[in-house]
Amino acid sequence: MTTLTAQQPTLVGTRRQSHVIADAVTMLRRNLQHMIRYPGLSIFTILGPVVILLLFVYVFGGTLGAGLPGVDPAAGRDAYIAYVMPGILLITIAGSAGGTATTVSMDMTEGITARFRSMAISRASVLAGHVLGNTIQALIAVALVLGVGVLIGLRPTASPLAWLGIAALLTLISFAITWLAVGMGMQAKSVETASNWPLLLTFMPFLGSGFVPTDSMPAFLQWFAQYQPFTPFIEATRGLLFGTELGWDGVLAVAWCVVITLIGYVWSLTIYERKSVR
Amino acid sequence: MTSPAIDVTELRKVYKDKVVLNGVNLTVARGTVTALLGPNGAGKTTTIHILSTLIRAESGEAFINGCDVSRDPDGVRAAIGLTGQFSAVDGLLSGEENLLLMARLRHLGAKRSRTRVAELLEQFDLVDAARKPLATYSGGMRRRLDLAMTLVATPSVLFLDEPTSGLDPRSRHTMWDIVRGLVANGTTVLLTTQHLDEADELADRIAVLDGGRIVAEGTPDELKRLAPGGHVRLRFADAPALNAASELLLGSSRDDAALELAVQSDGSVGALRTLLARLDDARIDVDDLSIHTPDLDDVFFALTGRTDSQGTAS
Repeated sequence: MTTLTAQQPTLVGTRRQSHVIADAVTMLRRNLQHMIRYPGLSIFTILGPVVILLLFVYVFGGTLGAGLPGVDPAAGRDAYIAYVMPGILLITIAGSAGGTATTVSMDMTEGITARFRSMAISRASVLAGHVLGNTIQALIAVALVLGVGVLIGLRPTASPLAWLGIAALLTLISFAITWLAVGMGMQAKSVETASNWPLLLTFMPFLGSGFVPTDSMPAFLQWFAQYQPFTPFIEATRGLLFGTELGWDGVLAVAWCVVITLIGYVWSLTIYERKSVR
Repeated sequence: MTSPAIDVTELRKVYKDKVVLNGVNLTVARGTVTALLGPNGAGKTTTIHILSTLIRAESGEAFINGCDVSRDPDGVRAAIGLTGQFSAVDGLLSGEENLLLMARLRHLGAKRSRTRVAELLEQFDLVDAARKPLATYSGGMRRRLDLAMTLVATPSVLFLDEPTSGLDPRSRHTMWDIVRGLVANGTTVLLTTQHLDEADELADRIAVLDGGRIVAEGTPDELKRLAPGGHVRLRFADAPALNAASELLLGSSRDDAALELAVQSDGSVGALRTLLARLDDARIDVDDLSIHTPDLDDVFFALTGRTDSQGTAS
């Protein structure tokens, strides 16, 4: 029996080593392969925000823009493109996260997830693959939606440094929101539920400073709008895009990202463990 | 002294108020094949899932190569391979991509991965379908891919949960050959099956699981000895002949409709010669004769006391 073990090509050598990052990259590659092979969901996450953008600029934009403080009513539509763009970008990120919740939920019902769980792979890697994959997808979507904005007359005044700041901030926000979406996808009992939950996220910019200034809202809504995370996200993006005063919004946005990431991470990992080991 | 590949003591598992495993004890020596045999609901899959760290037992202990499944699950995971009843493949990728995914997760390195994947595609007869999406694969192909993915890094202990269910006879034999090949290279195999011939064909030892307990354990031959049922079946041309033979051979059981008589016998040549001589002396003509040695079906029915597969955990 001892001789048998000697010939056995066991994996004992690699056993205790940590491969968290390598495994996360492998899982990321798997998710990117899915996206390239089945681009339907990705295209949808770009089309949705573009439709909302066009709707708000061309249908509501003239009137809404004219109502913005300090705007010449005649140039309302152009002013409104600039005002609404950050909110649209946030909707893009939230919508893309919705796709993640769906794919995570689908993945959990597949036999392949049981296989991953019976292998010596860090639990976090499996989830990180989803998060990183979606963050990349969200950023591509954000870039395309921003491109459409420029085509219809958006003229950002950001310096190169501010553009770097925008990229960093939107990456951070995508990363945070995606962790939350992974949690939603894991928590959902069915794929249908998983695809509905993140709709809440896409509504958040409406209940913040995404489409109209918060001080035009009734008091209770104003209170919510002021303290919810999407308002600093939107304000910080707006500040960087047009070089206006950032104030505390930048710091607040980053702080919210950290908090949301932590919540999403702990939440999804806890459920992953629970669903793994019953 | 090395620890056994699988060592299980008093494993218990309860789902809600239903006892699924009620004190399972099992030891599997390294490099051997053990078949877990039992009807539906006997607890076979639950046992495999506990041993492969997918679920946790209520109580009892289980060690794989000396690693505790509850205290050192990563140690266990590094040593095992699992091919479950439901195909654990990524349906959105091609066969080759699935295998490469496993190779990366086993950290084989880029070059080793490529050669290993090519080897497996060849061995499992998947070369032509390698780049095709899984949607085009047949059930047998998916099953072969599933096992190939488990074998990207040769596991020391391999769990196969009903590896041949739903396969055609040819694929079944291919699967058996693959398992034999692995065992020849030192892999320990624990497989579950409802098919007695499969257990007989592959296993060094068989453990019969029923109602959450191991009710019998031994080599296929040992188990067959547990079952009564070795007999010679004689068929006669008419009722008078059957009557005469029945009177002559006391203790035999008759089947009037079929004009048949079953006589307890070990089926040896000597016993047959004696039997035929007695019939000859009494001038009774036998139309047809067949010998039945006990098979695992007899064992199974004798042990579980049921002829259906409606196993219920008590």
